[in-house]
Amino acid sequence: MDLATLTIAQARKDLDARTYTAVDLAQAYLDAIKQKDSEIRAYLEVFADVIDQAKAADAMIAADKSMPMTGIPMAIKDNILIKGRIASASSKILANYVASYDATVIQKLKDHGAVFLGRTNMDEFAMGSSTENSSNGPTKNPHDTRRVPGGSSGGSAAAVAANMALAALGTDTGGSVRQPAALCGVVGLKTTYGMVSRYGAIAMGSSLDQICPLAKTVEDAQIVYEAIKGHDDMDGTSLPNDFYQDRSVNRKKKIGVPRAFLKEGIDPDVLARFEASLENLKKNGYEIVDVELPSFAYGLPVYYIIMPAEVSTNLSRFDGIRYGLSVAGETVKEVNERSRGEGFGKEARRRILLGTFVLSSGYYDAYYRKASAVRDVMRTELAEVFEMVDAIATPTSPTPAFVIGEKADPLAMYAADIFTVPVNLVGVPAISVPGGTVQRDGIDLPVGFQLIGRHGGEEALFELGRLAA
Amino acid sequence: MAVFGYSEPMNDAQKVDVMALAALARVAVSETELAELEKELPAILGFVNEIQAVGADLVKAPGELYNVMRDDVDAYEPGMFTEDLLRAAPLVRDNRVEVHQMVKRTK
Repeated sequence: MDLATLTIAQARKDLDARTYTAVDLAQAYLDAIKQKDSEIRAYLEVFADVIDQAKAADAMIAADKSMPMTGIPMAIKDNILIKGRIASASSKILANYVASYDATVIQKLKDHGAVFLGRTNMDEFAMGSSTENSSNGPTKNPHDTRRVPGGSSGGSAAAVAANMALAALGTDTGGSVRQPAALCGVVGLKTTYGMVSRYGAIAMGSSLDQICPLAKTVEDAQIVYEAIKGHDDMDGTSLPNDFYQDRSVNRKKKIGVPRAFLKEGIDPDVLARFEASLENLKKNGYEIVDVELPSFAYGLPVYYIIMPAEVSTNLSRFDGIRYGLSVAGETVKEVNERSRGEGFGKEARRRILLGTFVLSSGYYDAYYRKASAVRDVMRTELAEVFEMVDAIATPTSPTPAFVIGEKADPLAMYAADIFTVPVNLVGVPAISVPGGTVQRDGIDLPVGFQLIGRHGGEEALFELGRLAA
Repeated sequence: MAVFGYSEPMNDAQKVDVMALAALARVAVSETELAELEKELPAILGFVNEIQAVGADLVKAPGELYNVMRDDVDAYEPGMFTEDLLRAAPLVRDNRVEVHQMVKRTK
């Protein structure tokens, strides 16, 4: 088997035809990890029982009970709980936290007999776009190890790109699956809010977070998505399975491009690659039309109010008392302050304070309430545009992978998410597919092409993603 | 732009009291970090303040979010998760999480 060209779809055929076993496949990935990961550092831990998991998958296959993900070796982001294993969210505060239960997506993949290779590096609590905010140090981009893999799901994207996993799970709060997928040259799908259970994902921004697949092809991303989606009683924001109906067909044959939104801040060669991907859609009979989404220009500021507000609320559970790091003190307040002061990294502390500010009584209306109102405007504007087009296209990220340490200013780092955050604010699905390469320092670096769909419109994105890539 | 009874955004003359925020959020902040945050937080707040330019209905907002409640019945058997959860707690005594005394009686 050749891991460089292998897909889930191909591995499924091979495993079911007994061309090789799940143990052979898992061993091939373990060898690849051993060979490459000391440099890439995608994994925080490779599980000791990978071969045992693969043996269980082989037993399913032998009994002719294989399912789409049986025996498929996957990497899991460090903020998704697998019972009995550490889930640290790359934070010191959870460094030794052992998950008390399985996330719903993990239970579903266990039912399929998927093989979990290990847990992958990320920005602490998914806060960042480069993995540089990990308490374990950054992951390297497999295309150029001086550069970041993107983030926050950078470990998962790098693992798939370097053929150290056949697919991976990440989480996407503001672009954390699509942006690393773009920077590493793989496919990342941000699912419609409510389509995939968030139960067992360590929460960052609860109205924005989704667990999402990363894979090498659109077809593979779809296979993982089909395996993990579905209503879940354990997630109050999970949607009924038939909530969005009849969203699969592209009727209008039109793709919208918010040209005004693409005027500034994009590298010229990234924009040229974007136009080339649009051409692929044109060749397949799609008309490219300009669309107006004026409120999307405010996506980043709205996001950097709503998200920290939810972060400060969600992260208040880490108190040094119930679980996680505990630093001794004379009073409960001292235990809280010291545990949180030492346990949270710089970006996490920054966002907690920012969230505390925008929710404070003196400023709540001007910031949080106003941002919520603008979020509504974005939702309305997008719904109107979807009356005219099947999908909206943008570059996934305005630049290719940047050099580690290049973006020390938090605001410069936040700008990397300009095209991805509106999607989470509105709750629609979006896919990033490979959109060619641009050269930096003589090295070809991948860029991503983002397609944004209607709520529940994943099927259309799979179809368009295949045509655009 | 202002709506009667609603709080106003920060103006340039106002300072962000980082220590007060840190106390509210219960996060210890070192002296060096305090100096950094006193520059970074106003810069970020200045950036997000751009949204004041958008005309949006503040009275109606926030939008379509609502609470979802489960049925008011026993969700699980009492004690079912006790062992798993106590295993994660830093300080445990006699089947419970140990904390410092919160309230004291003055004699």
